[in-house]
Amino acid sequence: MNLVIIKPSNGWKLVDFKELWRYKDLLYFLTVRGIKARYAQSILGIGWAIIQPLFTTLVFTVVFGGLAKVDSDGMPYILFSYLALWPWSYFSGTLTDSANSLVANAGMITKVYFPRLILPLSSIFSKLLDFGISFIVLLGLLIYFQVLPGWGVVFLPLLLLQLLMCSLGIGMILSAMAVQYRDVKYALTFIVQLLLYGAPVVYSTTAVPEEWQFAYSLNPMVGVIEGIRAGFLDRPMPWEWIWPGTIVAVLLFVFGLFYFRRMERVFADVA
Amino acid sequence: MSDTIIKVENLSKRYRIGLQEKRADTFAQQLWNNLKAPVENFRRIQSLGKFEAEEESVHWALKDVSFEVKQGEVLGIIGKNGAGKSTLLKILSKITEPTSGRIEMHGRVAALLEVGTGFHPELTGRENIYMNGTILGMTKKEIDRKLDEIIDFSGVEKYIDTPVKYYSSGMRVRLGFSVAAHLEPEILIIDEVLAVGDYEFQQKCLGKMEDVSQKEGRTVLFVSHNMAMMKNLCKSGLLLEKGYIEFQGNINETIDNYIREIESEKKFNELITSQEGKEIYIEFVNFSGEFITGGKIDLLFGVFNKLKGKNVEFSVSFSTLDGTPALQYYSGHMGEIFKLSKGKNQIKVRIEKLPLVNGIYYINLWLGSKGMSYDFHRKYKRIEVKAGRIIDNGPICTFNNYPVINPAIWEKNDG
Repeated sequence: MNLVIIKPSNGWKLVDFKELWRYKDLLYFLTVRGIKARYAQSILGIGWAIIQPLFTTLVFTVVFGGLAKVDSDGMPYILFSYLALWPWSYFSGTLTDSANSLVANAGMITKVYFPRLILPLSSIFSKLLDFGISFIVLLGLLIYFQVLPGWGVVFLPLLLLQLLMCSLGIGMILSAMAVQYRDVKYALTFIVQLLLYGAPVVYSTTAVPEEWQFAYSLNPMVGVIEGIRAGFLDRPMPWEWIWPGTIVAVLLFVFGLFYFRRMERVFADVA
Repeated sequence: MSDTIIKVENLSKRYRIGLQEKRADTFAQQLWNNLKAPVENFRRIQSLGKFEAEEESVHWALKDVSFEVKQGEVLGIIGKNGAGKSTLLKILSKITEPTSGRIEMHGRVAALLEVGTGFHPELTGRENIYMNGTILGMTKKEIDRKLDEIIDFSGVEKYIDTPVKYYSSGMRVRLGFSVAAHLEPEILIIDEVLAVGDYEFQQKCLGKMEDVSQKEGRTVLFVSHNMAMMKNLCKSGLLLEKGYIEFQGNINETIDNYIREIESEKKFNELITSQEGKEIYIEFVNFSGEFITGGKIDLLFGVFNKLKGKNVEFSVSFSTLDGTPALQYYSGHMGEIFKLSKGKNQIKVRIEKLPLVNGIYYINLWLGSKGMSYDFHRKYKRIEVKAGRIIDNGPICTFNNYPVINPAIWEKNDG
């Protein structure tokens, strides 16, 4: 028979991965619940996963590509911005979802024990479906513009891993903070918008002044977006944009794991 | 089996309750307070999880609680609202951490503090079974195996593939409880959740609970305000009062202690004052004698009659603490009808041998005629009956599940 010991904990500890694994079925059902609940009772259902990024791209194309004439490195602006919006909308979506995941499920947290990390994790996973669907749209655009991806796409999994670590890392930190400080929820909506302009979504990295380039590349999303663009448009991989962001993403992820675990013990008391 | 399965040592839990807001006397003061609010809010919210010195905003929900639970024991935890019952359960089920102290538990724990946690209105009943089951710690395989049983127990099989938002609240509760009823932990923790559903379903739940505890020999910790249910299910009890353990023992003693604690706050008056609008009423009742099993008691009713002449009957009855009727003395049963004269009257009744075993009871008084009630005092007085002899020179009788006892002639037939 297994022995359970309950006593006050203190200090910084890593997430209990063994326990997390035991609850993998819960993660699965929460992820499914997230997907089903999001598109329940809507006419277009999962179609919204296509419409949302596509319309944003169209708006950007008209406003920034057409009216403001932002330089898109000589490629069709619509493709240029969609390649960035594809990872970006996943990033911003998971950020908002996971940051709110604990507060939205406060009823569960105060009534039953399970590894709390499951909640932000499931937000991240349930958004993967949208991410996959908007990838199909991307393929359609590539075919339409007759662009053949270069060998750089082999790095796509690594770039996506960086995207996941960055989303989850920030998601863990923000969700843990949001339990105690509800300000996170309100601040997040416009911070996400601000962040959009801190990454090369609507403009090209060539617009960034030389002396600011390193600081700029610390944003993990810069490397993700530039790497994806280079891969699909057959250009040399811009490693100088990628590696600083990779380090930051790993740091965010590791710090997130510890921070979440540390804050976890007061969740039920302050939620 | 008498191994200790749960061992709680010096458990304490501290909460911080919100401080009272400062009040402003002037408009300028109010404005200044509003400007300062973010800073104040930050300090207050930040301190929700931190504690330095003892302050007025600190509240001890549990203080130095220690007890042990044996394998297969069904422990009822009782106490008033705010006594710390739910906090104790929350710590035992790992939802929140204790401030100090230690708990050792041997075996898998499942806690049922709410029915249907994690239910999503947009998902179907079937999907919610999986949702709720995995939250409670079951694996998908386990649920697959028990799915039919769960659906069957819930009694909502017709709607199992309908989104739960179209369910009635009763159906939702039944489904939730069915999932929980099929957990197989070594230790089961249940907060006041059985008081849901209709009567039939409640009986079903009770039956399931009895199975779990008695046949399967699992350890159950149970919180409820339903004393009859507690007596039924639990063997031992734990009485909490303001975060401390007030009493610990078998369930009947624990409940008696609890009731005594509540009743001691109420005042009982001998003279009955609520007589307005009544045509015939009891002015006073005098007791003489001793409330002891087999004891002799004399009661004298002072009755006031505003009408001319009236035929009335009397009843003196006893009910147990949870309100269950136990014993009645009714003049009508003896064929006695009293003709009251206008004004003051006195009626006497003698109970020769009180057939109640030791315990605490309520006396109810009634005065009326032919289905008509003139004056009725439910729970007129709370009394304690001491253990005594039901027959002369017999043994001292003590409580053995039934409140009323009577002598009978017992014989062994030879041949």
